[in-house]
Amino acid sequence: MSTVIEVKRLYKYFSTPGGMLHAVDDVSFKIEEGRTLGVVGESGCGKSTLGRTIVHLLESTGGQIFLEGRDITHVKGKELAKAREDMQIMFQDPYSSLDPRKTIEQTIMEPLLVSRRYKKSEMYQKAQELMELVGIDQRLSKAYPHELDGGRRQRVGFARALALDPKFIVCDEPVSALDVSIQAQVLNLLRRLQKEKGLTYMFITHDMSVVRHISDDILVMYLGQMVEKSPARELFVKPMHPYTRALLSAIPSVDIHNPNKREILKGELTSPIDPAPGCRFAARCKYATETCKREQVLEEIEPEHFVSCCRVRELNGLP
Amino acid sequence: MSEKKNEAFLSVKDLVVEYTSDGQRIQAVNGISFDVQKGRTIGLVGETGAGKTTIAKTILRILPDRAAYIRGGQIIADGKDLLSLPEEEMREIRGNLISMVFQDPMTALNPTMRVGEQIAEVILHHNEISREEGEKRAGEMLEMVGIPASRYKEYPHQFSGGMKQRVVIAIALACTPDILLADEPTTALDVTIQAQVLDMINDLKQKNNTSMILITHDLGVVASACDDVAVIYAGRIVETGTKEQIFDHPHHPYTIGLFGAIPSMNVDEEYLHPIDGLPPDPSNLPAGCAFGPRCPYATENCRKGEIPETMTPDGHKCRCINLDQVKEGGIHK
Amino acid sequence: MAKQMRIKRNSQFLDIMHRLSKNKAAMAGLVLIIIEVLLAVFAKFIVPYDWNAIDIANANSFPSLQHLMGTDELGRDIFSRIIYGARYSLSIGIFATLITTVIGTFIGAVVGYYGGTFDNIIMRILDVIQAMPPILFNICIATALGSGFMNTLVALAVGGIPGAVRLVRGSVMSIRKVEYLESADSINCSKMRTIFVHVLPNAISPSIVSATMNVANLILTAASLSFIGLGVQAPTPEWGAMLSASRNYIRNYPYMVLFPGLAIAITVLALNMLGDGLRDALDPKLKD
Repeated sequence: MSTVIEVKRLYKYFSTPGGMLHAVDDVSFKIEEGRTLGVVGESGCGKSTLGRTIVHLLESTGGQIFLEGRDITHVKGKELAKAREDMQIMFQDPYSSLDPRKTIEQTIMEPLLVSRRYKKSEMYQKAQELMELVGIDQRLSKAYPHELDGGRRQRVGFARALALDPKFIVCDEPVSALDVSIQAQVLNLLRRLQKEKGLTYMFITHDMSVVRHISDDILVMYLGQMVEKSPARELFVKPMHPYTRALLSAIPSVDIHNPNKREILKGELTSPIDPAPGCRFAARCKYATETCKREQVLEEIEPEHFVSCCRVRELNGLP
Repeated sequence: MSEKKNEAFLSVKDLVVEYTSDGQRIQAVNGISFDVQKGRTIGLVGETGAGKTTIAKTILRILPDRAAYIRGGQIIADGKDLLSLPEEEMREIRGNLISMVFQDPMTALNPTMRVGEQIAEVILHHNEISREEGEKRAGEMLEMVGIPASRYKEYPHQFSGGMKQRVVIAIALACTPDILLADEPTTALDVTIQAQVLDMINDLKQKNNTSMILITHDLGVVASACDDVAVIYAGRIVETGTKEQIFDHPHHPYTIGLFGAIPSMNVDEEYLHPIDGLPPDPSNLPAGCAFGPRCPYATENCRKGEIPETMTPDGHKCRCINLDQVKEGGIHK
Repeated sequence: MAKQMRIKRNSQFLDIMHRLSKNKAAMAGLVLIIIEVLLAVFAKFIVPYDWNAIDIANANSFPSLQHLMGTDELGRDIFSRIIYGARYSLSIGIFATLITTVIGTFIGAVVGYYGGTFDNIIMRILDVIQAMPPILFNICIATALGSGFMNTLVALAVGGIPGAVRLVRGSVMSIRKVEYLESADSINCSKMRTIFVHVLPNAISPSIVSATMNVANLILTAASLSFIGLGVQAPTPEWGAMLSASRNYIRNYPYMVLFPGLAIAITVLALNMLGDGLRDALDPKLKD
């Protein structure tokens, strides 16, 4: 297996009137071919910014991005265009991610048109194939997005992302706006095409049950930083960071006989603007001590299980 | 629930609501009946467009005048039929007897008014008390929802999303209503904040013995906050009972499908089990059972006329004529 | 699957026309405008008299079968002059608006999309133009370039640009952060393609509505300019100029003022009704 995408110490800051907003702060990971990295965290934790920075919709502030071993951090012009054909993004909102004045066919065909590699007849042919691939009826090809329901729109977004045969797709909350029954349809489609085409996903979501289902590995973010990264199953069995634990306990379970013992977080969110060094979760963490005010390091506590917490061993009864 | 019928505090009977748009009839609510007992919470569960919000808006009589028509039914609260009350009396009922929490806390608060004053205004409007008294009570309400009274004079933009939703709830509860209508109160919030808000709602409900109608699409939220459940599909209640009955023994194929579509937290599956097809177009509902076209158990008879309500063995109500086949088909979990 | 989706295969233009056709006031406005344009285009075949034919013998005659709207102080047939005048009045309104809208939309879309310093500089320059009262601005241009049809047209067009830019810029900025534009970036659309294919079609509705209203406004402004003697000059039968020329006769021959005034009023009313209807028809929120 080869590494498709690798991110090394990536930073993305935004300058705001109040100071520097640390949206992504020192994030590193790699994703192997055909696998899915789930990125979870609450609103404002920088997970969407991370995805957009990787596919170059935003310019990184620091760090490096590798696509199949090539450093693409600062590529421009033709090279950027080439890199983007290999990396696509699928958006959250099925209502704003499609141009309302373009038909489904035009939307799906546009990447082919822009790439200038296809003849007109080939483009129609390819658009039809794509529609069939994602399960959209041919008779909808001349329809406009507002005539489609949310699930179908997300399929159109997916078809468009697939048009240029990318290797890597950032899925930014692609099912969050959908009803459960439709959500399951779209998740199954994502999984089926991943297998068929060997796609690599970075799957951004705030829904823990979705991320558990779709991911091989999971990265938990809190206010721009990685707090925990581990294989998907292990994270749910053995969450180690106090934030991950609180997050998992807060999910309302449908199992009414074994409800989660909810840990209610107290305290205020730390501001992501010019944050002080040290653990950003400390203000809401019941285990916080003086040592948490120091810079935290991401440590491999168990094989492939990384945690950024100075008290992690103590809290989990590890040597 | 079946052993002795409590006096229902609010009861909705055969409610039918339609919208018209572009000459088309959109059948949003098609004969919904349910009761809310004192101190209990009923969860209305369903997908987008099932008619949940229309029900809530009809109860409060805040439907858009020009497009919506109440075609029939009664809503009895405190012995009065809300649908036939004059507007002035309805104004007294809103806030005092029934109040509502909307989904989006960002738009429910006035951005140019201090948070405390927005609460005080509601209290002063419904009670004949002095300004100071009202402000004092508003301060208490803030404390009650877990916000220090010292933040009384701040503006909404200085509050986080979760705190804003808590303020909205404080406003809704300011006049100790008997019934709280909560329309997706936690959908816009993060899970950890959602947990806080759900906890708070449960506490307050117990303290004041408030009845609640909780509208949501999230079965997890129902599990942690409701006593009774009504599953709504295409403007009809397809299955209703206590939380235990519905969660332990779902009978209707739609309810079963809903549970099956949620990714499991402890079992690994290659693929999920979605419900095939799409919800029906409310301007063109299929005859008979609206779920029929998506239902794996549907038969010829499902397309013929109204599906009656039947009692399941464990004593809850379900609108399905093929319960035996559904049972044999097993509940795929 | 039993679910039947109703799919309209109409183009968006037909969609909009369909919605517009349901609005009676807008349709009335549209019909009136079309009639006026036809009258103006085929004026030669319609008018009973040459618009400039002086006939002193028949000067100041009240409306009659001979002269439907009477004659003016030089005996010229007012009906013929009004029909010909439609050419001037409508074309000033329409062409000046076209220039304003095309230039304004282009600048507005580009500055709205790019934003930043570039936007700041352009907008400050436009502020300077907008800081002058419109009539005063037109007077300045008319004085500098001289009066006359073309100059009036240019003056009116330039004066409208800042408003048009602001309008487009505002609606472009409101969709600047929308995800389908990010999506366009991610499939390598060039900036120009993004602006013209994705941004403009979604931001142009307010401009179309405002352009219709603007035609009406410009006809009025042109009329007032002519009225104070700075616009189109006599004997050109522009409606404002006709009003201006006949104002001395209002006591004895009120029809001389009445008919050009009516022509202006009806045109402006028709355009406003059409504009109102277009606003509703173009608003996607009111769809279906």
